[in-house]
Amino acid sequence: MPRINSAAELEELRKGVLSGRDPDKPSIAICAGMDCFSLDNGRIISAFEEEVSKKDLKTKVDLRATGCHGYCEKGPMVVIYPEEICYVVVTPEDVPEIVSQTVLGKKVIDRLIYADPDTGEKAAHQSQVPFYKNQMRHIIGNNSKIDPKSIDDYLAVGGYSALSKSLFEMSPEQVLEEIKKANLRGRGGGGFPAGRKWETARNAPGKEKYVIVNAHEGEVGAFMDRALFTGNPHSVLEGLIIGAYAIGSHQGFIYTRHDTPPLKNHIDIALAKAEEYGLLGENILGSGFNFNVEVHLDIGIFVSGESSALMRSIEGNPPEPRPKYIRTSVSGIWGKPSDLNNVETWANVPLIINKGSEWYTSTGTEGSKGTKLVSLSGNIINSGVAEVPFGTSIREIIYDIGGGIPNGKKLKAVHFGGPMGGSIPESLIDTPLDFDELAKLGAPIGAGSMLVLDEDTSMVDVIRYFLDFLSNESCGKCVPCREGIRQMLKIVTNISDGKGREGDIELLEEISEVTGAASLCALGKSASDPLLSTLRYFRDEYEANIAKVKSPAEKRE
Amino acid sequence: MIMGEHKKKSEIIVQIDGKEVKASEGMTVLEAAQSADIFIPTLCFHEKLEPYGGCRICTVEVEVRGWTKLVAACLYPLEQDLVVRTRSEKVDKIRKMILEFLLAHAPNSPQLLELAQEYGADKDRFEKESSFCIVCGICVRYCAEVKKKNAVGFVDCGARREISFIPEIALTECIDCKECFPLCPTSYLQAAFVLTESQAFPEDSSQTALMK
Repeated sequence: MPRINSAAELEELRKGVLSGRDPDKPSIAICAGMDCFSLDNGRIISAFEEEVSKKDLKTKVDLRATGCHGYCEKGPMVVIYPEEICYVVVTPEDVPEIVSQTVLGKKVIDRLIYADPDTGEKAAHQSQVPFYKNQMRHIIGNNSKIDPKSIDDYLAVGGYSALSKSLFEMSPEQVLEEIKKANLRGRGGGGFPAGRKWETARNAPGKEKYVIVNAHEGEVGAFMDRALFTGNPHSVLEGLIIGAYAIGSHQGFIYTRHDTPPLKNHIDIALAKAEEYGLLGENILGSGFNFNVEVHLDIGIFVSGESSALMRSIEGNPPEPRPKYIRTSVSGIWGKPSDLNNVETWANVPLIINKGSEWYTSTGTEGSKGTKLVSLSGNIINSGVAEVPFGTSIREIIYDIGGGIPNGKKLKAVHFGGPMGGSIPESLIDTPLDFDELAKLGAPIGAGSMLVLDEDTSMVDVIRYFLDFLSNESCGKCVPCREGIRQMLKIVTNISDGKGREGDIELLEEISEVTGAASLCALGKSASDPLLSTLRYFRDEYEANIAKVKSPAEKRE
Repeated sequence: MIMGEHKKKSEIIVQIDGKEVKASEGMTVLEAAQSADIFIPTLCFHEKLEPYGGCRICTVEVEVRGWTKLVAACLYPLEQDLVVRTRSEKVDKIRKMILEFLLAHAPNSPQLLELAQEYGADKDRFEKESSFCIVCGICVRYCAEVKKKNAVGFVDCGARREISFIPEIALTECIDCKECFPLCPTSYLQAAFVLTESQAFPEDSSQTALMK
């Protein structure tokens, strides 16, 4: 493949890719996301390959192992295009029938389509399945249409057109303005306006600047970033290159997980392909803009996703946070201005550039624009990755998309943001998904994990779990965090074991005040947030345990 | 950030505990306070080492453009008109609890006990987990930054974090050095070293190894 040297050549190439593709040609998309991978979807992929070759269909049918389709609960999933027939919980034994009946015979196999567990109502097409019907899949929607290892697949869905537009039709300042106008807020947890961060890095003194993808995703219960990045790596890379252009950076870093080999593999392939096509490296698309990317793997603890710790890790040092009295966008990796954004934030960039900030801001709420990926887990019928516009109520996410609570149980609470987040009780689930609204309730959105808890859950035990997690996953450098978590965990463990004492709650509050005020980094500062949110809404559970009266959760057992 | 790099910058006036203090831009709050003989307690700070910000006992209140923040004095860079309060109800509360946390590990450290008296910290508030080490890292950083030997390092993370000598390095480097021993605020270090030495190298074989 020769390098592409201009915007026109890119469009030529895209035309070539599209003209070689017949929209009516049957195409089988097998979900190869993490969850389906663990459900042994490799056997299904092999079965399809075998069947297609046995029936001599190699030229007549496209077979694609795609990224995560999001509906993990019903994996492994297979979608047959162009009819978009969606099969759930597919086994290798179903494969010959799918090929003969659906791919060739154009017939729907009734037993493999989705059926509503309550009404029995069936849905043959992906867009009719309730889990999908109520979503707005701007960011993750392409996952089921592309093979993550194929740059041509990404070009076929319009990939790299935003990069081309940025480089040839917009100045770096215009790109920055567009992102600022879109009010793109960081999806990694803080919700800080990405445009302002970019601007700080852009204006910071120094020639050498860095842009970074935070693909660490250590938040317990969060799995949307790896679904997006593994499934559509070019969308994140395109956003990163556009950001680098706006900021004036020529070196990027991707910091990702050591424990997810397919993710690293897809990133490596995407980088190599982008470079081969002239979308990365020297003189990108003949524009004169140079940009290179290096991939780094984490060292495996939660705190390595904290921005300053992550940057130390990239430098080759232990991932210990630094105080951010000077922001990392001014002094980050090796003291150079370094802009760090999360996977999902970067993936929003091409969309904003292509469709404009006006279009982008038409979705969402006053303060939170666009869509948000959420990971649904816990006591919920449909676990998986969903994408909804900001402003969707938590109730809609849990009941319309998530299908509600299994086993006829009642919803008790929803926990956002993992070990640094907070819980809201059932009574508040009409709250819209919104950075500011949820933060006000003491349950900031975090990266987007939604842990759904039913009436049998002991909130004291949930907090015990998070504190235990943090006591192992913090770095241990500063005293208020290391020792504060240690002591809070001891007290909560005692309460949970029925050994709580009068004054324990007050002591927990006192410790959390000190830990929150005096810790070095955001991990320590927010380590007690889950505890405080449960003391706010479920204080009676702590009190009941301390009073050695069996808590409501225990009574039911 | 390397503090020394900023020391030649312009002179500024800051206010510490109501007293006007002349300082240079980029100096830390702690440096300015020390130059004006204003005491801020420290545990992990050592003048030969890069400021670390681990113990947080030097937490002070600063006022910047109308905002009050709690910051680590050993790291916070000065700027013109900064107002610093080295004691306040909040600061004292933080220091008291930090001492109580640490006294659970090193209940007999004279340095901790002296500060405990000042801040009314109860050494028995938290259940004893005597490790004698408060993970201040002075030994680790001294060995890395001053001696450039890295004979002692941190192992593990979070609540399990501890210091450990690297036997291969300690065997050749530590025996004639031991400069980190007197720097330890809890005197745990010597014991740790002896322990490592004895565990890693059985008595007679370690003697023969050292003879070589």
